[in-house]
Amino acid sequence: MAEKRATHWTAVLLIVLVVAYAGILLIAPITAIVQQAFVDGFQPMLDSITAPDAQEALRLTAIIALATAAINTVMGILVAWVLVRYRFPGRRFIDGLVDLPFVMSPVIVGYVVIVLFGREGWFAGLSIAFTPRAMLLVTVFVSLPFVVREVMPVLRAMPPEQEEAAYTLGASRLLTFRRIILPTIRPAVIYGLVLTLARALGEFGAAAVAGGGVQGYTENATIYIFRSIHDRNDTGAYSMAILLGVISVVVLLSMNILKQVQSRRSQ
Amino acid sequence: MQNAARLEQEAVNAPHPQLDLSGWGLRGTAIVYLLVMIALPVFVVFSSGLQAGLSGFWDNVSHPHAVSALRVTLVTAAIMTVINVVMGTLTAYVLVSYRFPGKNVLDALIDLPFAIPTLVTGIMLVLLYGPQTALAGFLQDRFDVRVLYARPGIVLALLFICYPFVIRAVQPVLVQLDERQPEAAYTLGASGWYTFRRIVFPAIRPAMLSGGMLGFARALGEFGAIVIVAGNIPLRTQTAPVYIYGKVEAGNMPAASAVSVVLLGVALIVTLGVDWVQRGRQHG
Repeated sequence: MAEKRATHWTAVLLIVLVVAYAGILLIAPITAIVQQAFVDGFQPMLDSITAPDAQEALRLTAIIALATAAINTVMGILVAWVLVRYRFPGRRFIDGLVDLPFVMSPVIVGYVVIVLFGREGWFAGLSIAFTPRAMLLVTVFVSLPFVVREVMPVLRAMPPEQEEAAYTLGASRLLTFRRIILPTIRPAVIYGLVLTLARALGEFGAAAVAGGGVQGYTENATIYIFRSIHDRNDTGAYSMAILLGVISVVVLLSMNILKQVQSRRSQ
Repeated sequence: MQNAARLEQEAVNAPHPQLDLSGWGLRGTAIVYLLVMIALPVFVVFSSGLQAGLSGFWDNVSHPHAVSALRVTLVTAAIMTVINVVMGTLTAYVLVSYRFPGKNVLDALIDLPFAIPTLVTGIMLVLLYGPQTALAGFLQDRFDVRVLYARPGIVLALLFICYPFVIRAVQPVLVQLDERQPEAAYTLGASGWYTFRRIVFPAIRPAMLSGGMLGFARALGEFGAIVIVAGNIPLRTQTAPVYIYGKVEAGNMPAASAVSVVLLGVALIVTLGVDWVQRGRQHG
Protein backbone atom coordinates (compact mmCIF):
# COMPACT_ATOMS: atom_id res chain seq x y z
CA MET A 1 0.00 0.00 0.00
CA ALA A 2 1.19 3.48 -0.73
CA GLU A 3 2.05 5.60 2.26
CA LYS A 4 -0.41 8.36 2.78
CA ARG A 5 0.07 11.52 4.73
CA ALA A 6 -2.38 11.37 7.59
CA THR A 7 -5.03 13.97 6.93
CA HIS A 8 -8.35 12.27 7.55
CA TRP A 9 -9.40 12.40 11.19
CA THR A 10 -9.72 8.60 11.46
CA ALA A 11 -6.12 8.30 10.32
CA VAL A 12 -4.98 10.74 13.00
CA LEU A 13 -7.03 8.86 15.57
CA LEU A 14 -5.49 5.50 14.59
CA ILE A 15 -1.95 6.92 14.74
CA VAL A 16 -2.54 8.45 18.17
CA LEU A 17 -3.98 5.15 19.41
CA VAL A 18 -1.03 3.11 18.12
CA VAL A 19 1.60 5.52 19.46
CA ALA A 20 -0.15 5.77 22.84
CA TYR A 21 -0.27 1.97 23.07
CA ALA A 22 3.46 1.67 22.31
CA GLY A 23 4.11 4.49 24.78
CA ILE A 24 2.27 2.83 27.66
CA LEU A 25 3.41 -0.70 26.89
CA LEU A 26 7.05 -0.26 25.81
CA ILE A 27 8.33 3.24 26.41
CA ALA A 28 6.98 3.81 29.94
CA PRO A 29 8.69 0.72 31.47
CA ILE A 30 11.94 1.48 29.62
CA THR A 31 11.82 5.08 30.90
CA ALA A 32 11.24 3.78 34.42
CA ILE A 33 14.41 1.69 34.38
CA VAL A 34 16.50 4.44 32.76
CA GLN A 35 15.26 6.87 35.41
CA GLN A 36 16.21 4.39 38.13
CA ALA A 37 19.79 4.51 36.88
CA PHE A 38 19.95 8.21 37.74
CA VAL A 39 18.23 8.07 41.14
CA ASP A 40 21.26 7.25 43.29
CA GLY A 41 23.94 8.20 40.80
CA PHE A 42 26.30 5.86 39.01
CA GLN A 43 28.79 5.15 41.78
CA PRO A 44 26.66 2.70 43.83
CA MET A 45 25.69 0.95 40.62
CA LEU A 46 29.29 0.69 39.49
CA ASP A 47 30.25 -0.65 42.94
CA SER A 48 27.65 -3.40 42.86
CA ILE A 49 28.45 -4.39 39.26
CA THR A 50 32.16 -4.68 40.04
CA ALA A 51 31.62 -6.69 43.26
CA PRO A 52 33.10 -10.20 43.01
CA ASP A 53 29.76 -12.07 42.92
CA ALA A 54 28.42 -9.82 40.14
CA GLN A 55 31.64 -10.19 38.16
CA GLU A 56 31.53 -13.96 38.51
CA ALA A 57 27.89 -14.04 37.33
CA LEU A 58 28.73 -11.84 34.35
CA ARG A 59 31.70 -14.03 33.42
CA LEU A 60 29.53 -17.17 33.48
CA THR A 61 26.87 -15.47 31.33
CA ALA A 62 29.51 -14.36 28.82
CA ILE A 63 31.19 -17.77 28.57
CA ILE A 64 27.90 -19.63 28.14
CA ALA A 65 26.60 -17.12 25.59
CA LEU A 66 29.77 -17.35 23.48
CA ALA A 67 29.90 -21.15 23.65
CA THR A 68 26.19 -21.32 22.77
CA ALA A 69 26.71 -19.01 19.81
CA ALA A 70 29.60 -21.16 18.54
CA ILE A 71 27.72 -24.46 18.89
CA ASN A 72 24.46 -23.16 17.43
CA THR A 73 26.20 -21.52 14.49
CA VAL A 74 28.06 -24.67 13.43
CA MET A 75 25.19 -27.07 14.09
CA GLY A 76 22.60 -24.58 12.81
CA ILE A 77 24.31 -24.29 9.42
CA LEU A 78 24.65 -28.08 9.18
CA VAL A 79 21.00 -28.68 10.11
CA ALA A 80 19.76 -26.00 7.71
CA TRP A 81 21.87 -27.39 4.87
CA VAL A 82 20.71 -30.97 5.42
CA LEU A 83 17.05 -29.93 5.69
CA VAL A 84 17.19 -27.89 2.49
CA ARG A 85 19.42 -30.06 0.29
CA TYR A 86 18.26 -33.58 1.11
CA ARG A 87 14.99 -35.47 0.93
CA PHE A 88 14.71 -38.33 3.39
CA PRO A 89 11.90 -40.13 5.16
CA GLY A 90 10.66 -38.12 8.15
CA ARG A 91 12.15 -34.86 6.87
CA ARG A 92 8.95 -32.91 7.57
CA PHE A 93 8.87 -34.26 11.12
CA ILE A 94 12.52 -33.33 11.68
CA ASP A 95 11.88 -29.90 10.19
CA GLY A 96 8.93 -29.36 12.55
CA LEU A 97 11.12 -30.28 15.53
CA VAL A 98 13.35 -27.26 14.96
CA ASP A 99 10.71 -24.76 16.16
CA LEU A 100 9.80 -26.59 19.36
CA PRO A 101 12.33 -24.83 21.62
CA PHE A 102 10.44 -21.58 20.94
CA VAL A 103 7.25 -22.87 22.54
CA MET A 104 8.68 -25.08 25.30
CA SER A 105 8.63 -23.31 28.64
CA PRO A 106 12.19 -22.69 29.91
CA VAL A 107 11.14 -24.15 33.24
CA ILE A 108 10.15 -27.41 31.52
CA VAL A 109 13.51 -27.44 29.73
CA GLY A 110 15.27 -27.21 33.08
CA TYR A 111 12.99 -29.86 34.51
CA VAL A 112 13.93 -32.26 31.68
CA VAL A 113 17.62 -31.84 32.56
CA ILE A 114 16.84 -32.81 36.16
CA VAL A 115 14.83 -35.85 35.03
CA LEU A 116 17.66 -36.97 32.73
CA PHE A 117 20.73 -36.07 34.77
CA GLY A 118 19.50 -35.39 38.32
CA ARG A 119 20.37 -37.52 41.35
CA GLU A 120 17.77 -40.15 40.46
CA GLY A 121 17.84 -39.36 36.75
CA TRP A 122 18.10 -41.67 33.77
CA PHE A 123 21.77 -40.74 33.28
CA ALA A 124 22.61 -39.71 36.85
CA GLY A 125 26.19 -40.96 36.45
CA LEU A 126 27.11 -38.22 34.00
CA SER A 127 26.97 -35.52 36.71
CA ILE A 128 25.61 -32.81 34.44
CA ALA A 129 22.71 -31.44 36.49
CA PHE A 130 23.53 -28.43 38.71
CA THR A 131 26.76 -27.67 36.82
CA PRO A 132 27.59 -24.94 34.25
CA ARG A 133 27.50 -27.75 31.63
CA ALA A 134 23.77 -28.16 32.28
CA MET A 135 23.30 -24.40 31.81
CA LEU A 136 25.16 -24.53 28.50
CA LEU A 137 23.01 -27.46 27.39
CA VAL A 138 19.70 -25.69 28.09
CA THR A 139 20.92 -22.42 26.59
CA VAL A 140 21.90 -24.23 23.39
CA PHE A 141 18.42 -25.78 23.38
CA VAL A 142 16.40 -22.58 23.85
CA SER A 143 18.31 -20.70 21.12
CA LEU A 144 18.72 -23.60 18.69
CA PRO A 145 16.16 -22.45 16.09
CA PHE A 146 17.60 -18.98 15.35
CA VAL A 147 20.50 -19.78 12.99
CA VAL A 148 18.59 -22.66 11.35
CA ARG A 149 15.55 -20.52 10.60
CA GLU A 150 17.61 -17.57 9.31
CA VAL A 151 19.82 -19.71 7.04
CA MET A 152 17.18 -22.07 5.58
CA PRO A 153 15.35 -19.57 3.33
CA VAL A 154 18.65 -18.26 1.95
CA LEU A 155 19.86 -21.76 1.13
CA ARG A 156 16.50 -22.59 -0.44
CA ALA A 157 16.74 -19.53 -2.69
CA MET A 158 20.32 -20.40 -3.68
CA PRO A 159 20.56 -22.36 -6.95
CA PRO A 160 22.32 -25.66 -6.22
CA GLU A 161 24.14 -25.69 -9.58
CA GLN A 162 27.20 -23.82 -8.31
CA GLU A 163 27.59 -26.25 -5.45
CA GLU A 164 27.21 -29.19 -7.85
CA ALA A 165 29.68 -27.75 -10.32
CA ALA A 166 32.26 -27.31 -7.59
CA TYR A 167 31.89 -30.95 -6.48
CA THR A 168 32.01 -32.27 -10.00
CA LEU A 169 35.19 -30.36 -10.63
CA GLY A 170 36.67 -32.17 -7.67
CA ALA A 171 36.43 -29.58 -4.91
CA SER A 172 36.11 -31.09 -1.46
CA ARG A 173 32.95 -30.59 0.56
CA LEU A 174 34.76 -28.20 2.87
CA LEU A 175 36.17 -26.13 0.03
CA THR A 176 32.76 -25.97 -1.65
CA PHE A 177 31.27 -24.84 1.62
CA ARG A 178 33.89 -22.18 2.21
CA ARG A 179 33.96 -20.77 -1.29
CA ILE A 180 30.39 -21.20 -2.52
CA ILE A 181 27.92 -21.63 0.34
CA LEU A 182 29.38 -19.52 3.15
CA PRO A 183 29.65 -16.22 1.23
CA THR A 184 25.95 -16.44 0.31
CA ILE A 185 24.60 -17.35 3.72
CA ARG A 186 26.99 -15.16 5.75
CA PRO A 187 24.52 -12.28 6.43
CA ALA A 188 21.82 -14.75 7.53
CA VAL A 189 24.33 -16.57 9.75
CA ILE A 190 25.40 -13.33 11.42
CA TYR A 191 21.80 -12.30 11.94
CA GLY A 192 20.97 -15.67 13.50
CA LEU A 193 24.11 -15.46 15.61
CA VAL A 194 23.12 -12.05 17.02
CA LEU A 195 19.64 -13.34 17.91
CA THR A 196 21.23 -16.39 19.55
CA LEU A 197 23.56 -14.18 21.59
CA ALA A 198 20.70 -11.95 22.75
CA ARG A 199 18.61 -14.95 23.79
CA ALA A 200 21.56 -16.66 25.50
CA LEU A 201 22.52 -13.53 27.47
CA GLY A 202 19.04 -13.28 28.97
CA GLU A 203 18.25 -16.93 29.66
CA PHE A 204 16.89 -17.35 33.15
CA GLY A 205 14.27 -20.04 33.84
CA ALA A 206 15.97 -23.01 32.21
CA ALA A 207 19.42 -22.06 33.50
CA ALA A 208 18.11 -21.52 37.03
CA VAL A 209 16.41 -24.93 37.21
CA ALA A 210 19.12 -26.93 35.42
CA GLY A 211 22.04 -25.21 37.12
CA GLY A 212 20.52 -24.86 40.57
CA GLY A 213 21.71 -21.26 40.93
CA VAL A 214 24.63 -21.93 43.28
CA GLN A 215 26.31 -18.59 43.97
CA GLY A 216 29.82 -18.45 42.55
CA TYR A 217 29.33 -21.67 40.57
CA THR A 218 26.09 -21.80 38.55
CA GLU A 219 24.83 -18.26 39.09
CA ASN A 220 24.62 -16.27 35.85
CA ALA A 221 23.66 -12.59 35.48
CA THR A 222 19.88 -13.16 35.46
CA ILE A 223 20.02 -15.53 38.45
CA TYR A 224 22.13 -12.87 40.21
CA ILE A 225 19.27 -10.40 39.66
CA PHE A 226 16.75 -12.89 41.01
CA ARG A 227 18.84 -13.55 44.12
CA SER A 228 19.44 -9.83 44.66
CA ILE A 229 15.69 -9.22 44.69
CA HIS A 230 15.23 -11.90 47.33
CA ASP A 231 18.13 -10.50 49.40
CA ARG A 232 16.53 -7.03 49.16
CA ASN A 233 19.67 -5.83 47.40
CA ASP A 234 17.75 -3.49 45.10
CA THR A 235 20.83 -1.63 43.85
CA GLY A 236 22.42 -4.91 42.80
CA ALA A 237 19.29 -6.12 41.03
CA TYR A 238 18.65 -2.83 39.22
CA SER A 239 22.24 -2.24 38.15
CA MET A 240 22.59 -5.73 36.69
CA ALA A 241 19.16 -5.40 35.01
CA ILE A 242 20.21 -2.07 33.51
CA LEU A 243 23.49 -3.54 32.30
CA LEU A 244 21.75 -6.50 30.65
CA GLY A 245 19.16 -4.13 29.17
CA VAL A 246 21.89 -1.90 27.71
CA ILE A 247 23.66 -4.91 26.21
CA SER A 248 20.37 -6.04 24.62
CA VAL A 249 19.79 -2.61 23.12
CA VAL A 250 23.31 -2.63 21.68
CA VAL A 251 22.62 -6.07 20.22
CA LEU A 252 19.37 -4.81 18.73
CA LEU A 253 21.03 -1.74 17.24
CA SER A 254 23.76 -3.83 15.66
CA MET A 255 20.99 -6.03 14.23
CA ASN A 256 19.27 -3.03 12.67
CA ILE A 257 22.52 -1.67 11.25
CA LEU A 258 23.24 -5.11 9.85
CA LYS A 259 19.84 -5.19 8.17
CA GLN A 260 20.44 -1.79 6.58
CA VAL A 261 23.90 -2.77 5.34
CA GLN A 262 22.45 -5.95 3.85
CA SER A 263 19.60 -4.21 2.07
CA ARG A 264 21.99 -1.55 0.75
CA ARG A 265 24.31 -4.25 -0.56
CA SER A 266 21.50 -6.13 -2.27
CA GLN A 267 20.30 -3.03 -4.08
CA MET B 1 7.17 -26.11 -15.03
CA GLN B 2 6.71 -27.32 -11.50
CA ASN B 3 7.56 -30.84 -12.63
CA ALA B 4 10.74 -29.65 -14.23
CA ALA B 5 11.71 -27.91 -11.05
CA ARG B 6 10.96 -31.02 -9.05
CA LEU B 7 13.00 -33.21 -11.42
CA GLU B 8 15.88 -30.85 -11.11
CA GLN B 9 15.56 -30.92 -7.35
CA GLU B 10 15.52 -34.74 -7.38
CA ALA B 11 18.64 -34.76 -9.53
CA VAL B 12 20.38 -32.46 -7.08
CA ASN B 13 19.26 -34.55 -4.19
CA ALA B 14 20.44 -37.78 -5.77
CA PRO B 15 23.48 -38.87 -3.80
CA HIS B 16 26.69 -37.83 -5.40
CA PRO B 17 28.59 -41.04 -6.30
CA GLN B 18 31.92 -40.05 -4.76
CA LEU B 19 30.54 -38.24 -1.73
CA ASP B 20 27.76 -40.60 -0.78
CA LEU B 21 29.42 -41.61 2.47
CA SER B 22 30.12 -38.14 3.79
CA GLY B 23 26.64 -37.04 2.62
CA TRP B 24 25.07 -39.70 4.80
CA GLY B 25 27.44 -38.77 7.60
CA LEU B 26 26.29 -35.14 7.54
CA ARG B 27 22.64 -36.13 7.23
CA GLY B 28 22.99 -38.62 10.07
CA THR B 29 24.71 -36.07 12.30
CA ALA B 30 22.02 -33.45 11.75
CA ILE B 31 19.15 -35.88 12.27
CA VAL B 32 20.61 -37.52 15.37
CA TYR B 33 21.45 -34.07 16.78
CA LEU B 34 17.85 -32.87 16.42
CA LEU B 35 16.41 -36.12 17.74
CA VAL B 36 18.64 -36.03 20.84
CA MET B 37 18.40 -32.29 21.46
CA ILE B 38 14.67 -31.76 20.78
CA ALA B 39 12.68 -34.98 20.35
CA LEU B 40 14.22 -36.57 23.45
CA PRO B 41 13.23 -33.72 25.82
CA VAL B 42 9.65 -33.80 24.51
CA PHE B 43 9.58 -37.57 24.97
CA VAL B 44 10.96 -37.16 28.51
CA VAL B 45 8.18 -34.72 29.45
CA PHE B 46 5.39 -37.02 28.29
CA SER B 47 6.89 -40.29 29.50
CA SER B 48 7.75 -38.99 32.98
CA GLY B 49 4.39 -37.24 33.21
CA LEU B 50 2.51 -40.45 32.47
CA GLN B 51 4.89 -42.74 34.36
CA ALA B 52 2.50 -43.21 37.27
CA GLY B 53 -0.31 -44.11 34.87
CA LEU B 54 -3.29 -42.02 33.90
CA SER B 55 -4.79 -42.04 37.39
CA GLY B 56 -1.55 -40.81 38.93
CA PHE B 57 -1.35 -38.12 36.27
CA TRP B 58 -4.95 -37.14 36.93
CA ASP B 59 -4.44 -36.94 40.69
CA ASN B 60 -1.53 -34.56 40.22
CA VAL B 61 -3.12 -32.41 37.57
CA SER B 62 -6.46 -32.07 39.37
CA HIS B 63 -4.89 -30.69 42.54
CA PRO B 64 -6.58 -27.30 43.14
CA HIS B 65 -3.28 -25.41 42.94
CA ALA B 66 -2.37 -27.12 39.65
CA VAL B 67 -5.80 -26.47 38.12
CA SER B 68 -5.66 -22.85 39.21
CA ALA B 69 -2.11 -22.37 37.89
CA LEU B 70 -3.09 -23.78 34.49
CA ARG B 71 -6.23 -21.64 34.44
CA VAL B 72 -4.33 -18.44 35.32
CA THR B 73 -1.83 -19.20 32.53
CA LEU B 74 -4.49 -19.95 29.91
CA VAL B 75 -6.73 -17.00 30.84
CA THR B 76 -3.94 -14.38 30.98
CA ALA B 77 -2.41 -15.70 27.73
CA ALA B 78 -5.83 -15.60 26.05
CA ILE B 79 -6.59 -12.02 27.20
CA MET B 80 -3.11 -10.96 26.05
CA THR B 81 -3.64 -12.62 22.67
CA VAL B 82 -6.92 -10.82 21.97
CA ILE B 83 -5.39 -7.41 22.80
CA ASN B 84 -2.19 -8.30 20.94
CA VAL B 85 -4.01 -9.32 17.74
CA VAL B 86 -6.16 -6.17 17.68
CA MET B 87 -3.41 -3.69 18.61
CA GLY B 88 -0.70 -5.52 16.65
CA THR B 89 -2.78 -5.48 13.47
CA LEU B 90 -3.62 -1.83 14.01
CA THR B 91 0.05 -0.98 14.60
CA ALA B 92 1.14 -2.84 11.46
CA TYR B 93 -1.63 -1.14 9.45
CA VAL B 94 -0.68 2.33 10.67
CA LEU B 95 3.05 1.69 10.09
CA VAL B 96 2.44 0.54 6.52
CA SER B 97 -0.28 3.02 5.56
CA TYR B 98 0.66 6.38 7.03
CA ARG B 99 3.55 8.74 7.38
CA PHE B 100 3.90 10.51 10.71
CA PRO B 101 6.63 11.99 12.89
CA GLY B 102 8.40 9.37 15.00
CA LYS B 103 7.41 6.54 12.70
CA ASN B 104 10.97 5.28 12.20
CA VAL B 105 11.58 5.28 15.95
CA LEU B 106 8.43 3.23 16.51
CA ASP B 107 9.38 0.81 13.75
CA ALA B 108 12.83 0.32 15.31
CA LEU B 109 11.38 -0.18 18.81
CA ILE B 110 9.13 -3.04 17.80
CA ASP B 111 11.80 -5.76 18.00
CA LEU B 112 13.09 -4.53 21.36
CA PRO B 113 11.08 -7.08 23.38
CA PHE B 114 12.86 -9.85 21.47
CA ALA B 115 16.21 -8.56 22.73
CA ILE B 116 15.44 -7.62 26.34
CA PRO B 117 15.73 -10.52 28.82
CA THR B 118 12.24 -11.19 30.17
CA LEU B 119 13.49 -11.03 33.75
CA VAL B 120 14.57 -7.44 33.00
CA THR B 121 11.09 -6.79 31.58
CA GLY B 122 9.68 -7.89 34.93
CA ILE B 123 11.99 -5.50 36.78
CA MET B 124 10.98 -2.61 34.52
CA LEU B 125 7.31 -3.26 35.30
CA VAL B 126 8.06 -3.41 39.04
CA LEU B 127 9.82 -0.05 38.79
CA LEU B 128 6.83 1.45 36.96
CA TYR B 129 3.92 -0.11 38.87
CA GLY B 130 5.63 -1.06 42.15
CA PRO B 131 3.72 -0.37 45.38
CA GLN B 132 5.69 2.77 46.22
CA THR B 133 5.30 4.44 42.82
CA ALA B 134 2.94 7.32 42.13
CA LEU B 135 1.34 5.48 39.23
CA ALA B 136 0.41 2.48 41.39
CA GLY B 137 -1.12 4.79 44.00
CA PHE B 138 -3.09 6.62 41.34
CA LEU B 139 -4.44 3.41 39.74
CA GLN B 140 -5.33 1.99 43.15
CA ASP B 141 -7.13 5.11 44.40
CA ARG B 142 -8.86 6.14 41.21
CA PHE B 143 -9.75 2.86 39.56
CA ASP B 144 -9.18 0.35 42.37
CA VAL B 145 -6.85 -1.54 40.04
CA ARG B 146 -3.80 -3.38 41.28
CA VAL B 147 -1.27 -4.13 38.58
CA LEU B 148 1.63 -5.69 40.42
CA TYR B 149 1.19 -9.06 42.16
CA ALA B 150 -2.14 -9.35 40.36
CA ARG B 151 -3.34 -10.62 36.99
CA PRO B 152 -3.20 -7.26 35.16
CA GLY B 153 0.57 -7.32 35.80
CA ILE B 154 0.83 -10.76 34.18
CA VAL B 155 -1.14 -9.61 31.12
CA LEU B 156 1.00 -6.45 30.83
CA ALA B 157 4.23 -8.46 31.01
CA LEU B 158 2.96 -10.88 28.35
CA LEU B 159 1.84 -7.99 26.13
CA PHE B 160 5.33 -6.49 26.34
CA ILE B 161 7.03 -9.79 25.52
CA CYS B 162 4.67 -10.72 22.66
CA TYR B 163 4.40 -7.20 21.20
CA PRO B 164 6.37 -7.99 18.01
CA PHE B 165 4.63 -11.27 17.07
CA VAL B 166 1.46 -10.01 15.37
CA ILE B 167 3.05 -6.82 14.00
CA ARG B 168 5.93 -8.67 12.35
CA ALA B 169 3.54 -11.29 10.92
CA VAL B 170 1.01 -8.82 9.48
CA GLN B 171 3.38 -6.07 8.28
CA PRO B 172 4.94 -7.93 5.30
CA VAL B 173 1.53 -9.12 4.09
CA LEU B 174 0.20 -5.56 4.13
CA VAL B 175 3.27 -4.33 2.25
CA GLN B 176 2.74 -6.97 -0.42
CA LEU B 177 -0.98 -6.36 -0.68
CA ASP B 178 -1.64 -4.89 -4.07
CA GLU B 179 -2.24 -1.22 -3.46
CA ARG B 180 -4.65 -0.92 -6.35
CA GLN B 181 -7.18 -3.21 -4.71
CA PRO B 182 -8.15 -0.97 -1.80
CA GLU B 183 -7.67 2.15 -3.92
CA ALA B 184 -10.16 0.80 -6.46
CA ALA B 185 -12.76 -0.03 -3.85
CA TYR B 186 -12.26 3.38 -2.29
CA THR B 187 -12.71 5.28 -5.56
CA LEU B 188 -15.83 3.26 -6.26
CA GLY B 189 -17.30 4.88 -3.19
CA ALA B 190 -16.60 2.34 -0.46
CA SER B 191 -15.91 3.73 2.98
CA GLY B 192 -12.53 3.17 4.63
CA TRP B 193 -14.03 0.70 7.07
CA TYR B 194 -15.76 -1.21 4.27
CA THR B 195 -12.49 -1.42 2.31
CA PHE B 196 -10.68 -2.70 5.36
CA ARG B 197 -13.34 -5.30 6.16
CA ARG B 198 -13.81 -6.66 2.65
CA ILE B 199 -10.33 -6.40 1.11
CA VAL B 200 -7.56 -5.84 3.64
CA PHE B 201 -8.90 -8.03 6.44
CA PRO B 202 -9.32 -11.27 4.42
CA ALA B 203 -5.76 -10.87 3.11
CA ILE B 204 -4.14 -10.44 6.52
CA ARG B 205 -6.36 -12.83 8.49
CA PRO B 206 -3.97 -15.84 8.28
CA ALA B 207 -1.03 -13.68 9.38
CA MET B 208 -3.07 -12.25 12.28
CA LEU B 209 -4.04 -15.75 13.31
CA SER B 210 -0.58 -17.30 13.10
CA GLY B 211 1.11 -14.30 14.75
CA GLY B 212 -1.45 -14.34 17.55
CA MET B 213 -1.16 -18.09 18.07
CA LEU B 214 2.64 -18.00 18.13
CA GLY B 215 2.46 -15.25 20.74
CA PHE B 216 -0.05 -17.32 22.73
CA ALA B 217 2.22 -20.39 22.64
CA ARG B 218 5.17 -18.25 23.70
CA ALA B 219 3.14 -16.69 26.53
CA LEU B 220 2.12 -20.08 27.97
CA GLY B 221 5.72 -20.84 28.87
CA GLU B 222 6.81 -17.42 30.11
CA PHE B 223 8.58 -17.53 33.45
CA GLY B 224 11.19 -14.80 34.01
CA ALA B 225 8.93 -11.76 33.77
CA ILE B 226 5.96 -13.38 35.53
CA VAL B 227 7.91 -14.66 38.51
CA ILE B 228 8.88 -11.02 39.17
CA VAL B 229 5.54 -9.26 38.59
CA ALA B 230 3.06 -11.92 39.74
CA GLY B 231 4.41 -12.67 43.18
CA ASN B 232 3.68 -16.43 43.15
CA ILE B 233 0.44 -16.45 45.17
CA PRO B 234 -1.17 -19.91 44.79
CA LEU B 235 -4.78 -19.87 43.52
CA ARG B 236 -4.44 -16.21 42.49
CA THR B 237 -1.35 -15.22 40.55
CA GLN B 238 0.61 -18.46 40.34
CA THR B 239 0.98 -19.47 36.70
CA ALA B 240 1.77 -22.96 35.42
CA PRO B 241 5.51 -22.36 34.77
CA VAL B 242 5.89 -20.80 38.24
CA TYR B 243 4.02 -23.78 39.73
CA ILE B 244 6.34 -26.20 37.90
CA TYR B 245 9.38 -24.24 39.10
CA GLY B 246 8.17 -24.44 42.70
CA LYS B 247 7.52 -28.18 42.47
CA VAL B 248 10.91 -28.94 40.88
CA GLU B 249 12.66 -26.88 43.58
CA ALA B 250 10.73 -28.81 46.24
CA GLY B 251 11.65 -32.12 44.61
CA ASN B 252 8.00 -32.99 43.87
CA MET B 253 8.65 -34.31 40.37
CA PRO B 254 5.27 -36.05 39.79
CA ALA B 255 3.41 -32.76 40.38
CA ALA B 256 5.84 -30.87 38.13
CA SER B 257 5.63 -33.46 35.38
CA ALA B 258 1.82 -33.63 35.27
CA VAL B 259 1.42 -29.88 34.77
CA SER B 260 4.32 -29.91 32.28
CA VAL B 261 2.47 -32.49 30.16
CA VAL B 262 -0.62 -30.27 29.94
CA LEU B 263 1.34 -27.06 29.30
CA LEU B 264 3.57 -28.60 26.62
CA GLY B 265 0.59 -30.44 25.10
CA VAL B 266 -1.35 -27.20 24.64
CA ALA B 267 1.73 -25.45 23.20
CA LEU B 268 2.27 -28.31 20.72
CA ILE B 269 -1.36 -28.25 19.59
CA VAL B 270 -1.19 -24.48 19.06
CA THR B 271 2.05 -24.86 17.09
CA LEU B 272 0.43 -27.48 14.86
CA GLY B 273 -2.45 -25.04 14.37
CA VAL B 274 -0.02 -22.33 13.25
CA ASP B 275 1.55 -24.78 10.80
CA TRP B 276 -1.92 -25.63 9.45
CA VAL B 277 -2.88 -21.95 9.04
CA GLN B 278 0.39 -21.17 7.24
CA ARG B 279 0.07 -24.18 4.92
CA GLY B 280 -3.49 -23.09 4.10
CA ARG B 281 -2.22 -19.68 3.10
CA GLN B 282 0.39 -21.15 0.75
CA HIS B 283 -2.10 -23.38 -1.04
CA GLY B 284 -5.17 -21.20 -0.91
